[in-house]
Amino acid sequence: MSAEVPVISCKNVWKIFGNDPTGFLKTMTPGMSFDEIRAAGYIAGVKDVSIEVNKGEMLVIMGLSGSGKSTLVRCFSRLHDITGGTIEVEGQDIMSLAEKDLIELRRSKMGMVFQSFGLLPHRSVLENVAFPLEMRGQDKHTRRERAMEVIKLVGLEGREDYFPRELSGGQQQRVGIARSLAIEPDIWFLDEPFSALDPLIRREMQDEFLRLQQLLNKTIVFITHDFDEALRLADRIAIMKDGAVEQCDTPDQIVLDPQTEYVRKFTEDIDKARVVHAGVLADATASGEGDPVDASLTVHSMARMLVNDTRAMIPVKKGDTIIGALSRQSALDILLGTGA
Amino acid sequence: MSVETTSLPAPKAALSNSQLALCFVAAAVVMTVVQYLGGLPEWLHRLPEALVPNFAGWLDAIFNFVKDDLGLLVVTRTLTEGLEWLLDASGNIFFGKRRWPNIGPIPWTAMAAVAAVVGYYLGGWRLALLGGGTMVWTALIGQWEIAMQTMSVLAIAAPLAFVIGLSLGIAAWKYAWVDNVIKPVLSVLQTLPFFTYLLPAVIFFKVGPTAGAVATTIYAIPPMILMTTLGLKKVSPEVVEAGKMSGCSRFQMLRHVYLPSARTEILVGVNQVIMLCLAMVVLTAFIGMPGLGAKLLAMMGSFKLGRSFEIGVTIVLLAVMLDRMSKAWVVKQPVHFERGTPFWKRHQMLLLGIAAFVGLTLISLVAPIFAEIGRGQDFSQGKELDNLIKAFLNIEWVKATTGFLRAFLNVQVLIPFRNFMLSIPTPAFILLVAAFALALAGRKQAIYAVIFFSLVALSGWWDRAIITLYSVISAVTLAALIGLPVGIIAARSEKWSTRVLLICDTAQTFPSFVYLIPAIMLFGITDIAVIFSILIFAMVPLTRYTIEGLRTVPEEMTEAADMAGATRMQKLWSVQLPLALPTMAVGFNQAIMFAFFMVIIAAFIGTQDLGQELQRTLAGTDLGKNFVLGICVSLMALTFDLTIMKWASDKKAVLGL
Ligand SMILES: Nc1ncnc2c1ncn2[C@@H]1O[C@H](COP(=O)(O)OP(=O)(O)O)[C@@H](O)[C@H]1O
Ligand SMILES: [Mg+2]
Repeated sequence: MSAEVPVISCKNVWKIFGNDPTGFLKTMTPGMSFDEIRAAGYIAGVKDVSIEVNKGEMLVIMGLSGSGKSTLVRCFSRLHDITGGTIEVEGQDIMSLAEKDLIELRRSKMGMVFQSFGLLPHRSVLENVAFPLEMRGQDKHTRRERAMEVIKLVGLEGREDYFPRELSGGQQQRVGIARSLAIEPDIWFLDEPFSALDPLIRREMQDEFLRLQQLLNKTIVFITHDFDEALRLADRIAIMKDGAVEQCDTPDQIVLDPQTEYVRKFTEDIDKARVVHAGVLADATASGEGDPVDASLTVHSMARMLVNDTRAMIPVKKGDTIIGALSRQSALDILLGTGA
Repeated sequence: MSVETTSLPAPKAALSNSQLALCFVAAAVVMTVVQYLGGLPEWLHRLPEALVPNFAGWLDAIFNFVKDDLGLLVVTRTLTEGLEWLLDASGNIFFGKRRWPNIGPIPWTAMAAVAAVVGYYLGGWRLALLGGGTMVWTALIGQWEIAMQTMSVLAIAAPLAFVIGLSLGIAAWKYAWVDNVIKPVLSVLQTLPFFTYLLPAVIFFKVGPTAGAVATTIYAIPPMILMTTLGLKKVSPEVVEAGKMSGCSRFQMLRHVYLPSARTEILVGVNQVIMLCLAMVVLTAFIGMPGLGAKLLAMMGSFKLGRSFEIGVTIVLLAVMLDRMSKAWVVKQPVHFERGTPFWKRHQMLLLGIAAFVGLTLISLVAPIFAEIGRGQDFSQGKELDNLIKAFLNIEWVKATTGFLRAFLNVQVLIPFRNFMLSIPTPAFILLVAAFALALAGRKQAIYAVIFFSLVALSGWWDRAIITLYSVISAVTLAALIGLPVGIIAARSEKWSTRVLLICDTAQTFPSFVYLIPAIMLFGITDIAVIFSILIFAMVPLTRYTIEGLRTVPEEMTEAADMAGATRMQKLWSVQLPLALPTMAVGFNQAIMFAFFMVIIAAFIGTQDLGQELQRTLAGTDLGKNFVLGICVSLMALTFDLTIMKWASDKKAVLGL
């Protein structure tokens, strides 16, 4: 098996809402804008999106409310049938799956966490978490054991007999997370999992989430409308507007090199120094002298050193190997905001 | 493709709806005056007999075809056997009918204990007291057996209605075409007078408990369907998606996700099923079903008011008990137990219930009084109550009041009004109804009104239909005269609103039949008693919706009026009432529907309307005539329903509510 096959790969995907979406997509003039489509009585939930998610990476989908983030992710798991294009999950075209195979795919490979949790109110924490296992017909004993494992993992031990309404929002979302992990999915979808929570709890849950990710190392598609959250978590960020992906890149590239006006506006107020890493600034062809800096450091965390140092080029290392050198001046430009 | 079109305002209709309505009224007045002057040909006054199509005959032919040629009767009679078996079994358990499984009857003490435990489990001490108390009262007053006859049918009919309603509700939610078929059928079913359910039940399912159970079941199905679809539609999309992502198959989705998530609505449906079943099962006395209803009918018929009153109290207690318990079940939420709670503690209520049941059953084996309260051992005070009531009615001022009301209302108001309504020529009457629908709702409703009332005219039962309508209108008007002020005054304070609403809620759970008791007590077997029973029945929704309408007027608006220096009266007239009107109209509509329902029952007292004829058909096999009469009532009720509800929703839209 080739390691090159992306976990999810979608090409020219369209999802249109309306009376006769397929017919409309066939006859519409190419290049119609979101507003033109709306004037015709349809809504372009997802508009000509091509994107890939690689194994083990965390792709964060970003955008304002109504930009089509949820719709796109629901196409990945075929909660929505797409109107046009193709989506392949591990090389398999999911639109060609029969209902039985689709259910099998979800039972064995996918987990999803929802913004307002989507818990079943009449089931206890344990029964909620064990629900996907129950659906695939595991016996009571094994599913209880596995459910307890994930409940421990998300830190809800001792609450397994509670009912959802007896828990706080943060705890309910922990149940949602535990449920989505119960079947040990390869692909993990999270649709604004922390948006409904208070800011303090949100922070705590993000830390918790990063801890889990380090432990489990899954392929993740994470939706948020909060740029700070995206920057904290993402390997790559896809920014959406009106159903289309404006740019999909690493956080460093997005702030350093916004491809469209919309993305530039979005990143304007961001403190770039906290986002850009030494590794990105390193020029492989250049070399410097003295102590190297680690590639994973942000410009912000090197600030004191950058100001005090006198070298023009500073070597950058990744692990134990030198991967190049960064220009102190350009790093200072990012730090002081005088890049232009 | 299309050239830009400038949209012109639609050409103004020659006449606005209200002008057209006025023209209709004018035409009707002219026609009536000409009739008074003797200038109207008879065929314009009333449809000549010869022109009345033989609807009843045609319907009979259709029924006979379905019944015999299509073999429906064979099917239903087979069903009857199954149903009869179920009813026999529950009859044995509840009141010791000599049938399989031959273990009954359950001792009344055991039943009372179980009712108390269930009440405690659902709603604490108060419901325990209500549940146990109702059973103890029923036993001590000497009505245990008839009450259990009623309950034994309820115990079969309610679950049946639940299962059928739930299945149809699921089907209507899943398949649009089922929904499209069911909707109109439901709205007709809900206005069809209950007598119309009875005769077909008798013909297809034999006289007695079986037919009673069938009629009861059918009567209780519609709200279950509506609540089921409502609940299923309301399930949150995220919960549905969570289910799909958990890998549910279609059946698993329904079983584990949709139905449990719609629990609240489904249980509200269960509550309504139980209450409608109780209301109907009492009424099936008219087709000879034994039980509380039959006894009440007999007692009222022989004017034994004391016993009637006692039975009425039993029925009301049962109704309140069933209503409160099923409502408590709706709001009951699961609560977790602490780790390590022992088994007996987790199931303590269940164990307690079983223990009490077994214990009391065993005791009753040695002490028969615990099993059954025999003849002569009860505490019924029928005779004494009779005398008390008669003495009360004979008190000078009571007699004077009822006598005056009877004389004044009858002679000065009701009879003249009835004669007036009867004197209007049929076409003029139809025009008036059309004008009413046109002015309130619109052309579509007016057309329906014309069609519906013309059909009533064609049925050949016009005079009786008008008398029915007269009873409804008089009673609702009187009810409004009392109910609206009560509602307006109660709405002024939070405390009184809650109190009156509680009374209305409770009164609404009473089976309609018991409303006849006070009417007959006060006014004997007269026209006034009919009007009076409808009046109290119809007053409930009127008062209730008036309070609700007034209480939901947004705070800002009344405060704005206060700041503008409006007096209480001004505020009421110019701010609160206009905003509450659409809600009040819904209450008005319900009052009219209730009145149509009650007027048919009140036929038992003796009227000359459609109800009387309907009741007469029950004795025979006149299925066609029964249907024609029932549909006449339904058509008149539907006309009001369509018009008033349209008006209310229009007004709500205008007011942005
Ligand atoms: N089932 C649906 N039917 C019609 N329109 C929809 C549906 N779901 C989403 N939309 C529309 O698609 C657009 C994108 O919605 P969504 O993906 O939920 O946005 P986001 O998750 O980014 O807030 C919105 O304009 C929304 O109104
Ligand atoms: Mg969303």
